[in-house]
Amino acid sequence: MSSQTRAVENWTLQPLTDFVREASVRLVLVLTPSGQVLAQSGFSRAVDVMSAAALAAAIVASTGELARQLRQQPFGALSHQGPKTGFFLATFATDRGTLCVLAVYDLDVSSLGLVQLFYEQLAADLKAASPKGAVPKQVLAADFERELTDSLNTLFGR
Amino acid sequence: MSKALDMITRVRGVRGAMLVTADDGLVVAEQLMEGIKGGAVAALAASLAGRLRRAMEAAGTGGSVFWHLQAEQGALLVVPAGNVPANGAAGGILVVAVAEPDVNIGLVRLELLRAAEAAV
Repeated sequence: MSSQTRAVENWTLQPLTDFVREASVRLVLVLTPSGQVLAQSGFSRAVDVMSAAALAAAIVASTGELARQLRQQPFGALSHQGPKTGFFLATFATDRGTLCVLAVYDLDVSSLGLVQLFYEQLAADLKAASPKGAVPKQVLAADFERELTDSLNTLFGR
Repeated sequence: MSKALDMITRVRGVRGAMLVTADDGLVVAEQLMEGIKGGAVAALAASLAGRLRRAMEAAGTGGSVFWHLQAEQGALLVVPAGNVPANGAAGGILVVAVAEPDVNIGLVRLELLRAAEAAV
């Protein structure tokens, strides 16, 4: 198991570790649509996790609103590919609530097809592993900083 | 494109044929029998093609023109088509066939090469 893959909620760890190994992705975040990070792989600095989570949550919110205005279901997945790196962002429902996966991959190591293929497995594994009957925990504004600090400490093994 | 795939799948023992983007591993066109996971085959074949290309380059043999993987219950046959882009990415299209183990390899190869010519 990669020492770079860490989880705040342990049920996410094995599916995420498998996904990282199979899809050969460089960075991954599993988070809620509000930006609360459940697990990460490949990040070395807390500030990068915070930025990526905030930006991913913003993209999910803005594309969700765009879909709503177009009277469509929220977008399932979004892919953006540059000359050397690709981004893949997707959401799916679990018993833990809706979760988002942000994956960053290098084009000389992986591909959109591989990431899509193993993302389907990741989503299925996370759905199966998510705590049944769990009510998603709401993070209150008053507790936000403490929750964030606790999560980042867990994610970076402090 | 579908005519090119038709010619491949008409060969006895061929269970399916696909055109796959070599850099993304996504399906462009497919004619597959039930039970073959086209998306998975495409993604994994493209990944393998990229690694084979690098191995061939490292060995100084130039790009591959045809590869054939024989398994107990079938075979995977691939012909890369199209040019390598200037940025060095794999690029191009892969013509992929999934076949029975006792398929006429020569005939499938011929049809794959024809489809590759038609695809570029």
